[in-house]
Amino acid sequence: MIKQARDIPTPVKYLINLALFIIFLVVVNSMIASKTISGYYTKVIMLIGINIILAVSLNLATGYLGQLPLGHAGFMAVGAYSSAIFMKAASALPMFIALPLGLMIGGTVAGIFGFIIGIPALRLRGDYLAIITLGFGEIIRVILLNIDSVLGFNLTYGAASLKNIPKTTTFLGTFICVFIVCYVIHTMMKSRHGRAILSIRENEIAAESCGIKTTYYKTMAFVMSAFFAGVAGSLYAGYLGILNPSNFGFMKSIEILVMVVLGGMGSMIGSVISATVLTALPELLRAFADYRMVAYSLLLIAVMIFKPSGLMGTYDFSLSRLLGKGLSRLPARNASPARKGDDR
Amino acid sequence: MPRRDPHETLIPERDKDKTPAIECIGLGIDFGGLTAVDDFNFTLGRTEIAGLIGPNGAGKTTVFNLLTKVYQPTRGRMLLEGRDTKNMTTAQANRAGIARTFQNIRLFKELTVLDNVLIGLHNEIHVNLAQAILRLPSYWRCERVARERAMDLLSIFDMTGVADKKAGSLPYGAQRRLEIVRALATNPTLLLLDEPAAGMNPSETSELMENIRKIRDMFQISILLIEHDMNLVMGICEGIAVLNYGRIIAKGTPEEIKSDPDVIEAYLGKKGH
Repeated sequence: MIKQARDIPTPVKYLINLALFIIFLVVVNSMIASKTISGYYTKVIMLIGINIILAVSLNLATGYLGQLPLGHAGFMAVGAYSSAIFMKAASALPMFIALPLGLMIGGTVAGIFGFIIGIPALRLRGDYLAIITLGFGEIIRVILLNIDSVLGFNLTYGAASLKNIPKTTTFLGTFICVFIVCYVIHTMMKSRHGRAILSIRENEIAAESCGIKTTYYKTMAFVMSAFFAGVAGSLYAGYLGILNPSNFGFMKSIEILVMVVLGGMGSMIGSVISATVLTALPELLRAFADYRMVAYSLLLIAVMIFKPSGLMGTYDFSLSRLLGKGLSRLPARNASPARKGDDR
Repeated sequence: MPRRDPHETLIPERDKDKTPAIECIGLGIDFGGLTAVDDFNFTLGRTEIAGLIGPNGAGKTTVFNLLTKVYQPTRGRMLLEGRDTKNMTTAQANRAGIARTFQNIRLFKELTVLDNVLIGLHNEIHVNLAQAILRLPSYWRCERVARERAMDLLSIFDMTGVADKKAGSLPYGAQRRLEIVRALATNPTLLLLDEPAAGMNPSETSELMENIRKIRDMFQISILLIEHDMNLVMGICEGIAVLNYGRIIAKGTPEEIKSDPDVIEAYLGKKGH
């Protein structure tokens, strides 16, 4: 029987993971408060957090479900704009209510769009799905650009940018979201729902003949992916304080996709690492301004040549498994179902 | 040879007065102008092992796809334990009790052997999304029970030792066995095996025959199999239906089939030509 007799008991695993996460939060937060980390680097770290959410949520649709949506920036835009409009209107509400509510609104509106797009789009596969979602992303951008002048609203302010959004995104808020998103996706993937999603990627006909409602699970994974992209968009709105449709173009979708592919499709830790590296790298390379994009693209080419399955393949890191291995000096028999939200 | 009544099970004496596991009445399907299967009348009693044989291209796998609702029939009806299966999806047909294996193996190759079986147990695990994400005690309980059940199923074929291996890394014969285990995990009343002995050597085939009988006795299910290996078909099938050009040309016990002139003609051609 597969038992984790040699492993650490489950509640302890949870406590270790949670404790490490809290230590990470407290340490970095106090470093930011004491200005050990400059304001500029704080901004970079927050952007890393937002990109981690984007990459991990796209990985759900690409790596786990096996589809190729190219409209992730569209969902992010929907989330960003709806949450920004709400935050501007709800400035009277106390922050601890308005912020979570804004994130939920951003996520929910993006999730609804994911549902509307997903129903017809998921009937297609491969290239066709990529094209239809790419089209969706562009439609969103164009609508955001023109909706005010067409309908006479003062909602998105089109190309003039939506300004004066309350800058509510903090380091703490961002990384608590990162933790929750990673936790939710990780625990879902270790349950029967996650296995159903993986089985669709592996062989849809066989999944169907095992009694799995493939349409339901495809839509669910797609909507969840869109929801988290919306959350990331909300954080992004509160991070920038100003939104312009050009932030959410086709290249943004590709950027997120590159993070997922580079990290390894189907590996959450891969998405986390590559989102971190690909966000930090262009900033760190600013000193070599002229060669920045050259280095960036060389890195991508090198990874695709030497490790086509991505940096981590489909490997999923588990801190508890690692600790269990070290403690017992025996190979752990199976992937321990530990949380891994804090394993960055 | 007298023609059999289409509504009669192959072994009527055993399944007297019981609802048959599956009953097909005049089932047929056209692809454009091509009639792939026509006038398919077939009844399978409970715990019967039956074979579906016929030359290549006779429509055997098409029949399986009709039974599992991969294709919707153009004509005819199909009753699963007396229930009409009209407009069912493949997933619904599975939940109603039909499980199958595939001629060209369709395992979840990148997942472990255990995960393959756990996916088969999908509808036996009753954990909703919230319980799974919050990791409530019910999640752990269901997950543990499911794992134990999966290991029990794997032990039928002595596969518990490879539970952590990737399904795609198993040897061919083991992959075929894993497909059967995965199908059994869905708790079927009717198991369809599409060429289970393909690519197996004689000793593996005789082991498979034992196992098919064992499965039938353990789970009390009906089994319908497509197979070209006549030793296996004649050895374990209690009844056989022969398909040629999409139509049943003969039905009966192995002995009846062996001596049926239509069958001999379909396989070997007409005498005196």
